[in-house]
Amino acid sequence: MSAPTIRDYGDRALLIECASTHEVLAVADALRDVDLPGVTDIVPGARTVLVALTEPVHQAPTRTRLAEFEVSAAAISVRPDAADVVIDVTYDGADLADVAAFVGMDTDGVVAAHTGTFWRVGFGGFAPGFAYLVDGDLGLSVPRRAEPRTRVPAGSVGLAGEFSGVYPRESPGGWQLIGHTDAVLWDVDRPQPALLTPGMWVRFRAVGSP
Amino acid sequence: MITLEILQTGPLALVEDLGRPGLAHIGVTRSGAADRRSHRLANRLLANPDDRATIEVTLGGLHVRVYGGGLDIAVTGADANPTVDGIPFGANSIAHVRDGQVIALGAPRIGMRSYLGVRGGIAVAGTLRSRSYDTLSGIGPSPLHPGDVLPVGEPVGNFPELEQAPVAAMPDGPVELRMIPGPRYDWFVDPDAVVRTEWVTSERSDRVGVRLVGPALQSRRPGRQLPSEGALRGAVQVPPNGQPVILGVDHPVTGGYPVIGVVRDADTDLIAQLRPGQPVRLRWRAR
Repeated sequence: MSAPTIRDYGDRALLIECASTHEVLAVADALRDVDLPGVTDIVPGARTVLVALTEPVHQAPTRTRLAEFEVSAAAISVRPDAADVVIDVTYDGADLADVAAFVGMDTDGVVAAHTGTFWRVGFGGFAPGFAYLVDGDLGLSVPRRAEPRTRVPAGSVGLAGEFSGVYPRESPGGWQLIGHTDAVLWDVDRPQPALLTPGMWVRFRAVGSP
Repeated sequence: MITLEILQTGPLALVEDLGRPGLAHIGVTRSGAADRRSHRLANRLLANPDDRATIEVTLGGLHVRVYGGGLDIAVTGADANPTVDGIPFGANSIAHVRDGQVIALGAPRIGMRSYLGVRGGIAVAGTLRSRSYDTLSGIGPSPLHPGDVLPVGEPVGNFPELEQAPVAAMPDGPVELRMIPGPRYDWFVDPDAVVRTEWVTSERSDRVGVRLVGPALQSRRPGRQLPSEGALRGAVQVPPNGQPVILGVDHPVTGGYPVIGVVRDADTDLIAQLRPGQPVRLRWRAR
């Protein structure tokens, strides 16, 4: 692959631009492995990796190192043979029928599409433990709700744009809700507070009857 | 054990330290003291290690009683005319408080946030290896309320050497912030408008972000969507309304608005001290 574009992000961080979320995850993984001096945070985005540094003095040497940095095509095109996490979902979401109508399926078709592929954790944001899941069934792309809800319960499983996600706790939200899970996405008292971290492969499994 | 009883707070009093670096990829922002320089100074005056927690007091009004023994304290940041039992002791210096005495912070005339440090640090329980309260996600020790009792930590071996620290006066009028052009600088019709405008700090500003008010910055392609990308304190984001927001310590870890510039590290503490109505001049950093 060609060297990615590297932009200054202030004087204490650099932003690496990538062609895809899979490249983002490969670059973020490789950066974690090489353990560059002065790096405090490696933050994947949809098409970028932000590398935050402890002090401005690290910016120039890190820029030089990153310019020489390459990840292999194999690291980018990785496919799962098993899910890292399986999430059991009761497909009883308030928007399930609307989603089905929008994508031109019946509700069983939506469930089959949502459970039928591996999703990958792309990046976080919105709330601690929230994961933007990418790479799922593109037939499920739906717009956000015109009117966001003021209260979405923890464990709600939703769709928005090309993403799927699970609300880690009760919050406002504008995603289309298709079901709910009892899985605990976020718990600060666990050694790994977030159930889903960037790069993981996720499979949804239908349980119960809606 | 020495404890502090909160008698009253002003608009907002939070326990803060240097925050939670290294967790942004799981959605946890760094948080910590908004004016790190003032927080560090309080610790340095008291010979505390850098990681000890202080109380970040927004617009003064904090009254605290000391129990269980004498205690060295220091107040830094916005000058809130600190007193012990009504007797002023001056910001940026050490004061000794006896058992039962009351520390009080008035309302600062300049700046927003003061830091009350105590020798040994505020020793409340932490979350994810930090005692900082993150106002965006609610992680960390809850905002302080009257009646709260806070434990004070054990001091380390060193004794304070500085009696008083020289500190540059906080700007009363316009504040100048130096920026580096941001990754989405070229998304704007006239990006240099951001440095020609005298912006005004909005009252809708907090630890998450400082909103600036002025003539709207024009996007080259209105409605263009930016795929979410990582964000940091000091980033100047421009939402569709064209009014910039300077991200603060409790910023979201990723954002979908283009960043026109990023305030240089040395100037980020000034952002924490901007008052509603205060003019802000953004300038490009000389190359």
